[in-house]
Amino acid sequence: MVLKTLTGNYAVATAAKLARVKVVSAYPITPQTTMVEKLSEMIESGELEAEMIRVESEHSALAAVYGAASGGVRAFTATSSHGLLYMHEMLWWVAGSRIPVVMAVVTRTIGPPWNIWTDHSDVMDQRDTGWLIAFAENNQEALDETVKLFRITEDERVFLPGIITLDAFILSHTTEPVDIPDQNLVDAFLPPRKQPYVFKAGDPLIMGNIPRDLKWNMMMREDIHKAMERAKKVIEEADSLWEKLIGRKYGGLTECYRCEDAKHFMVGVGAWVGDMREAVDYLRDKFSLRVGLIKIRYFRPFPKEDVIKWLNNASSVVVFDRSVSPSVGGPLYVEILASLASAGVRIPVKGVIAGLAGVDVTHEDLASVMLTSVSEVEELGTFKQNTLWFYGGE
Amino acid sequence: MLSDELVLPLAKPVMGVSGKTGTWRLQRPIFDSSKCIKCRLCWLYCPDSTIDINEESTNFITINYDYCKGCGICSNVCPTKAITMSPEE
Repeated sequence: MVLKTLTGNYAVATAAKLARVKVVSAYPITPQTTMVEKLSEMIESGELEAEMIRVESEHSALAAVYGAASGGVRAFTATSSHGLLYMHEMLWWVAGSRIPVVMAVVTRTIGPPWNIWTDHSDVMDQRDTGWLIAFAENNQEALDETVKLFRITEDERVFLPGIITLDAFILSHTTEPVDIPDQNLVDAFLPPRKQPYVFKAGDPLIMGNIPRDLKWNMMMREDIHKAMERAKKVIEEADSLWEKLIGRKYGGLTECYRCEDAKHFMVGVGAWVGDMREAVDYLRDKFSLRVGLIKIRYFRPFPKEDVIKWLNNASSVVVFDRSVSPSVGGPLYVEILASLASAGVRIPVKGVIAGLAGVDVTHEDLASVMLTSVSEVEELGTFKQNTLWFYGGE
Repeated sequence: MLSDELVLPLAKPVMGVSGKTGTWRLQRPIFDSSKCIKCRLCWLYCPDSTIDINEESTNFITINYDYCKGCGICSNVCPTKAITMSPEE
């Protein structure tokens, strides 16, 4: 066990090194920059045997990584915010051609107005592309899940690319103690790269021609949908194997914190899940409220089954979103509603939109929302309003 | 689709998959080997890869008239006018 103090960006760069990526291509953007700078240093010093391809845009960065991965090697890129949106078209190309690639998204809000702080608008904009989307709560999880994503995306039941998400500054630039797994253990965890096909010189192959029968085109979309469903099991297997080799387990697609006797639930993704834990402890210890927390670790594939399992007998649930789909609400809120409806679970659900554009949200803020929400449900049997725009305390 | 398990957007290139497109031709490229300086520009520029190089032969190129659509690019790029276009009958 080697404990080092690392920022989230350095933790993910270390994970890419441990996965022995052969090609890195990226275009710098705050707050991702130090991650690819670190990888560039590792390549320069010979610590990592890889090529760094410098490009003029994020669209080209993912195109270069896609080309390298199509040629048969592990490849990595990272971006944020407007860079991710500029890359958006290429995300569809990579997923549609079923080439495994791992990318880090350091979440940052979208302008205008210009702003570098965290929210989840950028990554939520990618949810229909066919990429797996994992969220890290802390720097250790960012490192661990990045390595795991290589295994998961390269599994023949999946063969889809994957995103590791970490919040700007809260994780990317904050130093935490991080255990760096032994290279031999990571090598044992990661089998040699597999992918559905490899482009080779002298063996011509065409990817992406319009099919003669358009139903094939539709079947390709269905196949991505099915692969995403199959990925749920692969993610859980990877989590168990990681525990066996490295000793850390995260619970697969979700974790339920202090849920044993919980009646009222909070749901969240990303770094502020850490604040939610503190809010749960505070509400239980100070107010004896039976509150539990569902941490969504993977937004795609969406853990519908877990959500139903945890909330089947709940009295109420408050979903916290750090992004919004205007006129609908938070993307997580919508998924929770749909999951519960699909199983016929009828409980009060409130969607709280908070922390957009980097507005600070403390664990006291989260606890205050829960106190109000729980008292509403206990008095009225329902929530006064289903959507709340919460701007925080003083 | 190459695989039974995955539905992939892949295809293998096959010669003449759209039929003998040479029948579309209105102008036929005619090669005069006495003017050829073996620069290979015609081979490089042909958009349908219908020109083959014969390294050892005095007849340096062969035009495949089954697939040549008669676009005239080879004639246009030839620096010595070794390829000329002539109307099809």
